[in-house]
Amino acid sequence: MSNEEILHEKPLVVHESDHASHEHHKQSFISKYIFSQDHKMISRQFLVTGIIWAVIGGLFSVIFRLQLGFPDQTFPILEDLFGHWAQGGRLDPEFYYALVTMHGTILVFFVLTAGLSGTFSNYLIPLQIGARDMASPFLNMLSYWFFFAASIVMFSSLFLTTGPASGGWTIYPPLSALGDAMDGSKSGMDFWLASMALFIISTLLGGLNYITTILNMRTKGMFMTRLPLTIWAFLFTAILGVLTFPVLLSAVVLLLFDRHLGTSFYLSDIVINGKILPNQGGSPILFQHLFWFLGHPEVYIIALPAMGITSEVISTNSRKPIFGYMAMVGSFFAIAILSFLVWAHHMFVSGLNPFLGSFFVLFTLLIAVPSAIKVFNWLTTLWKGNIHFTPAMLFAIGFVSLFISGGLTGIWLGNSTLDLHLHDTYFVIAHFHLVMGVASMFGMFAGIYHWYPKMFGRFMNNTLSYMHFWTTFIGAYLIFWPMHYEGLAGMPRRYYDFSNWESFKMFAGLNTFISIVAMIVFAAQFLFIFNFFYSIYKGRKLTEKNKNPWAGTTMEWTTPIHPPHGNWIGEIPEVYRWPYDYGKDGRDYIPQTEPIGAEEKQH
Amino acid sequence: METAIAQTKTKMWAGGRSPFNVSYGKLMMWYFLISDSFTFGAFLISYGSIRFSLNNWVDHNYVFNKFPFTEANLPLAFVSLMTFILIMSSVTMVLAVHEGHKMNQKGVEKWLALTILGGLAFLSCQAWEWTHLITHQHEVLVDGVLQHWGTTVSHNPWGPEVMYKGHMVATPGPVAFGGYFFGITGFHGFHVFSGVVINSIMLIKTKKGDFSKRGHYEMVEKAGLYWHFVDLVWVFVFLCFYLI
Repeated sequence: MSNEEILHEKPLVVHESDHASHEHHKQSFISKYIFSQDHKMISRQFLVTGIIWAVIGGLFSVIFRLQLGFPDQTFPILEDLFGHWAQGGRLDPEFYYALVTMHGTILVFFVLTAGLSGTFSNYLIPLQIGARDMASPFLNMLSYWFFFAASIVMFSSLFLTTGPASGGWTIYPPLSALGDAMDGSKSGMDFWLASMALFIISTLLGGLNYITTILNMRTKGMFMTRLPLTIWAFLFTAILGVLTFPVLLSAVVLLLFDRHLGTSFYLSDIVINGKILPNQGGSPILFQHLFWFLGHPEVYIIALPAMGITSEVISTNSRKPIFGYMAMVGSFFAIAILSFLVWAHHMFVSGLNPFLGSFFVLFTLLIAVPSAIKVFNWLTTLWKGNIHFTPAMLFAIGFVSLFISGGLTGIWLGNSTLDLHLHDTYFVIAHFHLVMGVASMFGMFAGIYHWYPKMFGRFMNNTLSYMHFWTTFIGAYLIFWPMHYEGLAGMPRRYYDFSNWESFKMFAGLNTFISIVAMIVFAAQFLFIFNFFYSIYKGRKLTEKNKNPWAGTTMEWTTPIHPPHGNWIGEIPEVYRWPYDYGKDGRDYIPQTEPIGAEEKQH
Repeated sequence: METAIAQTKTKMWAGGRSPFNVSYGKLMMWYFLISDSFTFGAFLISYGSIRFSLNNWVDHNYVFNKFPFTEANLPLAFVSLMTFILIMSSVTMVLAVHEGHKMNQKGVEKWLALTILGGLAFLSCQAWEWTHLITHQHEVLVDGVLQHWGTTVSHNPWGPEVMYKGHMVATPGPVAFGGYFFGITGFHGFHVFSGVVINSIMLIKTKKGDFSKRGHYEMVEKAGLYWHFVDLVWVFVFLCFYLI
């Protein structure tokens, strides 16, 4: 019996087969493009939604960088755009907080979680393991639509009179729990919580599908040890999501209760506007524990897919097997386990018992080991490779560079003694933007440039891609490198204006410089966006001869140029080898679907 | 080169089949339950951390001592009945799944109906218990004045007793009790409610003959997994709120 007969209650119907009688199965516009159950379409939906969110989130950073870079100037256009939020062309302080909060929320959850993992887990899992679709295409579709609903709720919160949530993306109570505390804690906060609840359902449905599909639906011969590293990365990402997002759900539910039902989970002994609140016995630190139990694995939910994509792209474009395949898998596993044991390193200054803190320091520093293993494996894969500098490859190498630069400062921050000084400064901003923000964006770009021909059957323009890469890469360093120095000098994050502080006045010029680069880098992203959408319709087409443009070994390149729902016409190919047979026995590459030859060397 | 051991391994993990010999649906249900247990785990751990940060808590023998239609002092009797009902509904669920394996549609219908009944009975009990706690007023000494409080998320009349005008009167207890009690039992009750809805859908589908046409009752089995999980969670909730 074949895979799908065992695993599905009814066999999947493969549309657009070679039988003429099946022609009338043509899907309607709605079932093909909107309520599609095809993992490839759902992936593209995640991608396009993610791009829209990235533009919004990026734009917010440009707007608040205007304030930080030019604190004494006014920009009348801001008043035209935002009305009373920017009276006289100067950002309202509360609006500034709203922008910072939404920038974080949007980029962390909507772009780098849903946009990255949603796109590539959906696209690559069935194609690379040799499955017709996800285990449950229906739940997969729901996963996107819950994400869409979460997006709508979050987007609407931007238009509330009292503004969106503005207590920081970590929404710490009591600030976020009390509507009287500030405008941003009024209905904007409820929208944030409702949106996040929907988002958690989306992640859950997606994650369950990814895990089940990878374990249950591999084609014949696809041992777990023959999975491309992308798939391993998506597997661990999904496991982290399924185990940690429910804890955020608990945190969100309790916060909602505190906001509306008069409970005291996070609240105790608070005086607000001269009034003593009746809430007793709760603990705001409890929220921090619950939040960071998700929050820390969340950064690996963001980083692991980028690592997987990078591994795949680097190996393919170095024309060499990935160095240390099992070490890569092992380090994914180690990172996944350790990520559950480090959450309180975000809380060293919260009054955490220093004795407890020492354990979190230890585990945090231990993460450096698997991370370093990965970095060395990427570098040794590149070593003496026949490197093809495709745009995807540049972004993958860029990922490695940024991951090293940002990762090294993680060792500083993981030490509680150093963290006491660096906590909540621009040093932290620089660290996490490099190591998981920009780096994961680079992983995402690498993935898009690499799999674009598979996704849309056309190529993107190379010149625009190279311009995009170099501006973004150089810009990222110019923006975030100087922030390390600001942070070391103690410049705190989330401040609206530094000109009142004698000790930070010296950074005024640097802040202006950062803001200008940020604007240039933001503008450069439109090279990508134009390239992306233009190439869908006008890009150079793949030909039957060139349908595996990067000469990859993995299974997705064995499908037709435009794979139908069901991916392969006829039988799913069998797999006979691991996915990294590059430069073996004098051959450039050997696809996974090619049987081991009689003369072939065995590993 | 392949050895015999490698070949048995081949069978399990070589692809082209489920390594666990289960359908995707059952696997997904198991992973969902693991995920959901983290939600409950987070709630219960939060509860524990807050409760043990406080100087006193309520005496459950005293708070949960009422039974409907009687004024007798019966500590924990009612919640024991609730627990018994829920565990019995797990037994009937097992029997429904068992009849499903035998493809006995009538049997599945009977035991599913009883399971739904058990779930509804549990929810009714919970409704009574909540109503009783919220509406039943107790004397509390607040700032030197006697007041009458029910047990809510913002009022706890079960604090330590003090001598007042010749008799013992309770003082306000930690409000965290109401928050966690209603929050967690409510969240669990919501799960029971969803379970009842799911089981009802299963009953309707069984009656329509959907599963006998399909040739197996796997969906009933999946609903059963969920139902047993909800029962298991109750055991922990029971332990943490009524016994410890």
